[in-house]
Amino acid sequence: MNTADQYLKAIYLAQRIEDGPASTGTLADLLEVSPASVNEMIGKLEERELVDHEKYKGASLTDEGLERAHNALQTYCIIERFLANVLEVDEFRDEARALESVIDDTVAERLDTIIDRPDQCPDCFDAEQDCCELLELEAGGHAD
Amino acid sequence: MSLGQRVSSDHQLTRLLQIGVVLEELVESRAAHHIDSLPPEERAEFDEEVEELLAEAAAESAEHRERLEALIDDLEAETVGYEEINALVDAQYGPPEDTDGVLYDQLANEETAYKFYDDLIDAIEASESEFAVDRDRLLETLYSIREEEKEGVEEVTEIMEHRA
Repeated sequence: MNTADQYLKAIYLAQRIEDGPASTGTLADLLEVSPASVNEMIGKLEERELVDHEKYKGASLTDEGLERAHNALQTYCIIERFLANVLEVDEFRDEARALESVIDDTVAERLDTIIDRPDQCPDCFDAEQDCCELLELEAGGHAD
Repeated sequence: MSLGQRVSSDHQLTRLLQIGVVLEELVESRAAHHIDSLPPEERAEFDEEVEELLAEAAAESAEHRERLEALIDDLEAETVGYEEINALVDAQYGPPEDTDGVLYDQLANEETAYKFYDDLIDAIEASESEFAVDRDRLLETLYSIREEEKEGVEEVTEIMEHRA
């Protein structure tokens, strides 16, 4: 997943957390980068008409941006679920975060052919906790 | 969230190579499933060229898998066995409708594998980390597998073009 898609995904999650435009501070926290880097990328995404930015309010996804963010989140969910269910990685959340920049959506689509993903994915993603809520429950269940 | 495409640890490298192994196992298993899944009338006209392509793809994937496994061994990790991936393919498999569908799936397999190795090579080259496996050997192995995936894409495309 390239950097632009990771930003779009973060904006999508921040909009859900803040129930409105995504603020620079929240995005900087989610992406672990400086506010200056966030502003620079928001400018680029705005030029590509993927994001609308309103001064002092924050960034909102356009329809096209929303579609791409949704796909990026789905790719992330596939990686998390693949790590948890196929490679049986305990720390699948941390590892998915470390790997998402290297795994392309076409690769994720192939991995998706062998995992069991609920129909509502990725809408059930917990933005506050930054993880798949269902997968957390399943992992918790296994540990018992 | 980790921005920037680079591999920074043995652990991360191992995980990516394990994903490579699974992708190869997927190609191998799907190729076998495709041959088995075709209805008799389709199978009769399933020409030698396509059958040979799938057999070659499966053999090549098995060989790529062995080369990746040798690297993973040096990183002192294990891989998911073929039988396990084959069972997962089995559980979710939906056969393509016809020979063209088989070829499209095979093309997607080869293109996906090429993209995976291409991104992995970029991420290793962008990193200054030292790995427990020799960097030159690692990159040479990945370059050569990527080249074979590229040839695979060309081969399937050629067959698709002259069947059209």
